[in-house]
Amino acid sequence: MDPQLRRRFASTAFIIGFFLLWEALCWLFNVSDIVLPKPSQIIVTLVERMPALWPHTIQTLYTTLIGFALGIVIGVALGVIVGSSRLAYDVAYPLLIGFATIPKVAVVPIFVLWFGAGAVPAVLTAMIMSIFPIVVNVATGLATTEPELEDVMRALHASKLDILWNVGLPRTMPYFFASLKVAVTLAFVGTVISETVASNRGIGNVMMIASSNFDVPLVFAGLLILAVMGVALYAVFSFLEGRITGWAHRKDDFAMG
Amino acid sequence: MTAPDSAATTVKDGAHADFFVELEGVTLTYGRDERQVNALGMTNLRLKQGDFVALVGPSGCGKSTILKLVTGLLTASTGYVYVAGREVGAEPVRVGMAFQNPTMLPWLTVRDNVMLPLKIVPPFRENYRAKRKTEFRDRADALLKEVGLDQFGDKHPWQLSGGMLQRASLCRSLVHEPQLLMLDEPFGALDQFTREELWAIMQELWMKMRPTVLLVTHDLKEAGYLANRICVMRARPGQIIDDAEVPFARPRTIEMSYTPSFVSMTQRLRELIVTARPAKEAA
Repeated sequence: MDPQLRRRFASTAFIIGFFLLWEALCWLFNVSDIVLPKPSQIIVTLVERMPALWPHTIQTLYTTLIGFALGIVIGVALGVIVGSSRLAYDVAYPLLIGFATIPKVAVVPIFVLWFGAGAVPAVLTAMIMSIFPIVVNVATGLATTEPELEDVMRALHASKLDILWNVGLPRTMPYFFASLKVAVTLAFVGTVISETVASNRGIGNVMMIASSNFDVPLVFAGLLILAVMGVALYAVFSFLEGRITGWAHRKDDFAMG
Repeated sequence: MTAPDSAATTVKDGAHADFFVELEGVTLTYGRDERQVNALGMTNLRLKQGDFVALVGPSGCGKSTILKLVTGLLTASTGYVYVAGREVGAEPVRVGMAFQNPTMLPWLTVRDNVMLPLKIVPPFRENYRAKRKTEFRDRADALLKEVGLDQFGDKHPWQLSGGMLQRASLCRSLVHEPQLLMLDEPFGALDQFTREELWAIMQELWMKMRPTVLLVTHDLKEAGYLANRICVMRARPGQIIDDAEVPFARPRTIEMSYTPSFVSMTQRLRELIVTARPAKEAA
């Protein structure tokens, strides 16, 4: 068996084994539904309640993607500004770190205060959750560009914009995509936090209501939906990363069009 | 045409037009006050159009500084630098540059790396989008073929050896048909055989395209093989202390570098460099 297939087989087996063990332990110790439902039960709940869960799933996905998209736009813009000048880097970095360390749950009430409950605070929370890894990575990528690469351009009398476009940004792509994989999962966290606190729609809200009704299988069904969406988006960006920044990993099968 | 007034102004005309590059009383100092470093002492240097001049000397003698002054990356503290009869920077002169490090952009294919100057330098950049898949591509491929890399245009830089990258780097420095070619120890990091092979390629390309070349090198044999003239520099302050014609006919060969007259020429240069060294280092 070739090694790659073997790795895949092993990781799939491990995932299936995890759920089987969970199921077995629940049977063995007779764990109550209210504490920890069995995986089989979660699946049944998920299928039965899907018609009701589906709009909430779409709502959460939609909110997350809008917030994430805004986060990318603002994050890249800030990252380029901070990363392309030594002065901006020195001045803005401490403030940036300060903002990044604020627990984002704490700002949700402020957004609710400003914009009311609903989708807007959720989008904004998803956005600020995803901004920081992007800004930090883009800025770091730009700031650490090898001067030799810039010299090539300066010898040709290239403008600052030419250098940014042809050297700075391409060289930053691996950092950018690494940050996207982190940021997209954080965006989900942001959306769900906000939905839990202040919304009447979305998976976060469903889970909140379900847990106050002691409908634990539904809570876990919600978790499963979030996990699937998170993993799916991670996979999308991981795939894009491989396509666009394969040069950084020196993949032999990498070809850019 | 009237002769220029004897009171020299910064505007150059016919009187100096036969020199493509001219350094007139140029000095360069870094820093200020007591921490001032004199990188380049009073320097005069003239290159005819299509000439090939090598700068040799110990490290820190300001060889690379001269390259940077001529390309306008540095500004002289005193004196004037003229390129194509105008003060440097006044008129865009197409410059090609190759460094000791091949500095290929790792995300581009070798061909796209070679085409990079066409994307940046006028007048090519205006047509880059239209001609990138046709004329410009063919031009890059022709150059790659010239240096023996015709199979490697679609590869990425990490898939090539150091010598191959340096060949590609030469292609990149020549693709936009530069009037001025600046070579900053481009063969310095290569093994002897690759280096000699690249000298031959370089000579061939120069004889075909005839750019004005300024080559910085530590290797006296390389200077003798490639250059029409060799300028010897000494350090602290950097200064040209000797300027000699290389009398050998072209195309030159490696065998030529073992003839007695070639050997005695490199020996003379070597002694010049050694004796010009500051006393404390010579000890």
